[in-house]
Amino acid sequence: MRDFYGVTLDCPLMLGTARYPSPAVMERAFRASGAEIATVSLRREAGGGQAFWRIVRDMGVRVLPNTAGCYSAREAVTTAHMARELFETNWIKLEVIGHADTLQPDPFGLVEAAEILAAEGFEIFPYTTEDQVVARRLVDAGCRVLMPWGAPIGSGLGLNNRYGLRTLRAAFPDIPLVVDAGLGLPSHAAEAMELGCDAVLLNTAVAQAGDPVAMAEAFALAARAGRIAAGAGPMVPRDMAQPSTPVIGKAWL
Amino acid sequence: MRIDVNGTTREVTAGTVADALDELGWAGAKVATALNGDFLPAAARAGQRLAPGDRLEVLAPMQGG
Repeated sequence: MRDFYGVTLDCPLMLGTARYPSPAVMERAFRASGAEIATVSLRREAGGGQAFWRIVRDMGVRVLPNTAGCYSAREAVTTAHMARELFETNWIKLEVIGHADTLQPDPFGLVEAAEILAAEGFEIFPYTTEDQVVARRLVDAGCRVLMPWGAPIGSGLGLNNRYGLRTLRAAFPDIPLVVDAGLGLPSHAAEAMELGCDAVLLNTAVAQAGDPVAMAEAFALAARAGRIAAGAGPMVPRDMAQPSTPVIGKAWL
Repeated sequence: MRIDVNGTTREVTAGTVADALDELGWAGAKVATALNGDFLPAAARAGQRLAPGDRLEVLAPMQGG
């Protein structure tokens, strides 16, 4: 099993902490899913930050701070510095956003920020596209995890580029891959894992479900099923039918 | 003096960032700070003098995806 900077996950599901109906529902969603990693952010303290932190801390999960909303390498690097002090971790989910409508990563700013942060000892989870050239630059910069998007953040569209994810998997057999963003259904998570990804990261699909706790459990089961399937050696698809029941020995009737 | 705290103009008597945080009600709070766009580590707050017009960002843990 590939590890994330030395950490192996029993549950291949990383969950966000935003947009739940209540903190209690968020806690129950984490418990129901068994998710061991929680993404968090930093925002201007307006009264709720301290209570939120107590809840997350008491959940006993590992936190993965993000640089969500940063549009430049400089902003992301400064946010990462603040996150490292605040959350006492070298882990950073590095997001440098390039477009406001699609929230797609700015690969140029991302690589620039990754180079700076890796040199400072950060353990980077870069939110990137499935582009192999960008992935190579990120690995060369020191990233030991890649987080290609499935689809635009919050869209729920699933895996928009299966070919891209498959080739990324093949090109980086030793780098843990996490499909981050765009998953809407547990089947999307299963599919990502069946492709050989090592985990999935999602938020909205669980938090905004009619029953976030049940949906969190469904995603966890699907991700586990996909992981087992990937390890079990999936059959190769073919265009023509092939009878599964033996042809030899069929009676003449 | 007047400084900008999280985008709002505030009047503080404190001379350092550490004292300003106390004065603004964030004594002991789990926050990270940036002054004029640069990260200011917690250990440097007591020695960091404030000047009128400084921009102080006080960030806390928050929900995120």
